[in-house]
Amino acid sequence: MSQLFSKKNKEVFATPLGLNNPVTVQVLGICSALAVTAKLEPAIVMGLSVTIITGFSNVIISLIRRTIPNRIRIIVQLVVVAALVTIVSEILKAFAYDVSVQLSVYIGLIITNCILMGRLEAFAMSNGPWESFLDGLGNGLGYAKILVIVAFFRELLGSGTLLGFRIIPQSVYDAGYINNGLMVMPPMALVIVACIIWWQRSRHKELQDK
Amino acid sequence: MEHLLSLFVRSIFVDNMIFAFFLGMCSYLAVSKTVKTAVGLGIAVTFVLVVTLPVNYLLQTRVLSADGIFGIDLSFLSFILFIAVIAAITQLVEMVVERFSPSLYASLGIFLPLIAVNCAIMGASLFMQQRIVKGESDPQFIGGVADAISYALGSGIGWMLAIVGLAAIREKMAYSNVPAPLRGLGITFIVVGLMAMAFMCFSGLKI
Repeated sequence: MSQLFSKKNKEVFATPLGLNNPVTVQVLGICSALAVTAKLEPAIVMGLSVTIITGFSNVIISLIRRTIPNRIRIIVQLVVVAALVTIVSEILKAFAYDVSVQLSVYIGLIITNCILMGRLEAFAMSNGPWESFLDGLGNGLGYAKILVIVAFFRELLGSGTLLGFRIIPQSVYDAGYINNGLMVMPPMALVIVACIIWWQRSRHKELQDK
Repeated sequence: MEHLLSLFVRSIFVDNMIFAFFLGMCSYLAVSKTVKTAVGLGIAVTFVLVVTLPVNYLLQTRVLSADGIFGIDLSFLSFILFIAVIAAITQLVEMVVERFSPSLYASLGIFLPLIAVNCAIMGASLFMQQRIVKGESDPQFIGGVADAISYALGSGIGWMLAIVGLAAIREKMAYSNVPAPLRGLGITFIVVGLMAMAFMCFSGLKI
């Protein structure tokens, strides 16, 4: 049991949450990170879906990694991921229909999410199933973390609510406060991610570009 | 004819793949360092889009839908089938380019096979799936192979316009003094944000 949670495995799980974050450092999976973050609820659902799919696709690919011919490995990986995404999408349609309508095509686009392909290529193809599972979960959660931060600011400043509950009281509106409509438009997502990158890189000098 | 043209122009400016939906961001940020490679990748993406979208349209309407050849609704299989078509066609394009233009093949390098996982291409197929069920009067309606080709061409050119624009700005930006923590990725995000804001002015466009 102690081997399962050795120091190395903890590191595999924890670095994607901070210093090697898939979105802000490796620049993977930007598309959906920006598109689903206008509200907090779809962002959380999206983050969890991606975490589950990265975890399990890493395990499956890691288990069959010795039998995949090198030339067609991308197609094999895509088929495994597409099957998992189909399952998640059907589950969401059955149990959380409203959120699945809000996420629209972006659930299907998890298939082409670069985080998945990147982790499969860089980690699962050369490591055992348990390490791959931890790596997948870590990267998925690192992605979810950024999604939740961006969605928090966009929903709070753009609609004055969090998870649909009103946070900014009516009296503030009566005093002349107006929601920032630009926050719910696509461009501000880019600027908020840029601010997160700015903050992270000014704290960790080793991440800065020369 | 009018509808084809409107679909084409709208998908370049109003429903731009990058600025309205953030699709294909990964290769957009990675390959936009010089204008020359940006143009090459833009052409390759447009080509793959124009080939895959009509094929996926026929698959969706003739095979997967409830009145297709099997007579049952198989649309839950669409993710796997679409990605298989895209991967196969990308492989085909790769082989053709390698055979007839080795110099272009060498300059595109790893990004050619990676077109298969470009979200813009998968995204166009999934948007097409939603647009088929829209009403005929809707400007986004796709009702035939010609509509699908027009939408694919417009989306591809819109994507190319965006990546060439960003590459040109980044080439100039190499000479400016950016604060150290923002250098590289951070400032690129802000530039894309500003470009997206500029493109928002097209959103009221009616044709």
